[in-house]
Amino acid sequence: MKSLPYYTAAGLAMLAISVAGCSHVAAMAFGTGATRPAAGEFGVGPRVSAERRYVATLQPQQALRPRQLQSMRVSIVDARGQAVDGANILVDGGMPQHGHGLPTKPRVTKNLGGGLYDIEGVRFNMGGWWEFKLAIRGVAGADTVTFNLDL
Amino acid sequence: MKIHWTQIAAAVSLYPLLTAVHADTLQRDLWTPAEIEQISSLSLRALDALPPDPSNRVADDPRAVALGQSLFFDTRLSSNGRVSCATCHLPEREFQDGAPLASGVGTTSRRTMTVAATAHSPFLFWDGRKDSQWSQALGPLESPVEHGGTRAQYAHVIAANYRTEYEAIFGAIPDLKRIPSIAGPVPEAAAARAWAGLSDAQRDAVTGIYVNIGKAIAAYERRIQYRASRFDRYVDGLRQATSTPQNALSPDEVAGLRLFIGKANCTQCHNGPLLTNNEFHNTGVPVRPRLPADAGRLAGADTVLRDEFNCRSRWSDANPAQCAELEYLVTGAHTLQRAFKVPSLRNVAQRAPYMHAGQLATLREVLDHYRRAPAAPAGHSELKPLRLAANELQQLEAFLHTLSGGTTAPPMPQSVTAPNQNR
Repeated sequence: MKSLPYYTAAGLAMLAISVAGCSHVAAMAFGTGATRPAAGEFGVGPRVSAERRYVATLQPQQALRPRQLQSMRVSIVDARGQAVDGANILVDGGMPQHGHGLPTKPRVTKNLGGGLYDIEGVRFNMGGWWEFKLAIRGVAGADTVTFNLDL
Repeated sequence: MKIHWTQIAAAVSLYPLLTAVHADTLQRDLWTPAEIEQISSLSLRALDALPPDPSNRVADDPRAVALGQSLFFDTRLSSNGRVSCATCHLPEREFQDGAPLASGVGTTSRRTMTVAATAHSPFLFWDGRKDSQWSQALGPLESPVEHGGTRAQYAHVIAANYRTEYEAIFGAIPDLKRIPSIAGPVPEAAAARAWAGLSDAQRDAVTGIYVNIGKAIAAYERRIQYRASRFDRYVDGLRQATSTPQNALSPDEVAGLRLFIGKANCTQCHNGPLLTNNEFHNTGVPVRPRLPADAGRLAGADTVLRDEFNCRSRWSDANPAQCAELEYLVTGAHTLQRAFKVPSLRNVAQRAPYMHAGQLATLREVLDHYRRAPAAPAGHSELKPLRLAANELQQLEAFLHTLSGGTTAPPMPQSVTAPNQNR
């Protein structure tokens, strides 16, 4: 004859099995296979460009929310920390895990001086991990900076 | 180790107790904080306040709401005197008609969409070819298969029947004596000829009234919204710290919700409190036989940019800087081919058949479509096949039924004509 704790343990084991049976695996069953970056890779920056020519920082004009048409300000400095003005900036992005891009065509609408640019027409059409990419062509050459944003 | 039968008996006797605890905690405690946040984002409580419509200066004028409501039900706004907005947008059916294809004076090639909560959507129709509720309302009025009439006819209806109400809102109705009873930029040759024979000033006078008809109808339609559903009550319970109406949903419905936000990928498009991202996607929906080829958003995006009544038009009350949706619109992209509007899933169980031409008769067929992910008839489907078992499809379907809560609309005043239900 076993002790009461034994039966309790047996019962708890069955509970664990039954709980596990109805909790689901969080990973998407299907997708592009893209892996979500580490938590430290997320945020509005400062973010160094791929070839280290620029450092960009996003300054959203409102809290980023899904489905809203939004504006963003971006600050761009060169590797020495000098503000970069007059750069040509193209905006792109999407959801790597879903294989789709941005639902709108956002673009830089103003160069405010002091390395600040206004980007308008940004929309994220669902929550989750988004890439927001800026292709910068400025005094230090062409380079791309990619932000990982969590909506 | 040898197990004695009493050990098995004891474990089995404990099991009901433990599973009872499990059932009690299942619906609430097995959601992670992130899941609760995700589920809460789908609740009607997360819906933003009614967004302003700068293109319609009477959008929030109660007099325009009342006039628009009368016009919405008025069958004189049609070529045969038998079709009103409410012919296809039936208030008792959540402002849709339950038919695969809409029927007015003829039959269209698309399914009627509900009016509910369209004030929250930047683009309207399955292809998004309109960018406001008022410009949307004007489309069917001059469609040869919907209301079938012309803007000159409608201007005369206003002058003869709504002069006082109209003039209180929009000012004096111009003299229409020299305006023929039927004239407008429509396919019908005689009406088009009569329209071409008018002066610019006459055409503007008529179009001005026509536009205001749309703006009044939009003021009414802005107030047609969704009511909370059983799902919303469940979310309320989930967010309360104390015990609760967790039993608002059955275990199967909760399992369906888990699939909905998880491996069934539904929230990729059906997200936010209206369960739509308001975007356009190609999901490989089959062609309905005998209908013309339909490019969906690919055509709709071009159409809205040159629409006579879009946000930037001279008939809009917005200044062009307020027309950002048009400014940053994606056009001409391959991904827009046969992409159609993601509809809200609120009341979805109440509005079979499904898809833009009623191609799928039941929710089960819809879910099976998403499971199989067939190739698109044109363009590329964004779907990937889903590994969902038969019972999981049932659970998803059960969950979709919890999204029914009906709609709310301004009460019907005595003066409003009874809804015309001629089909």
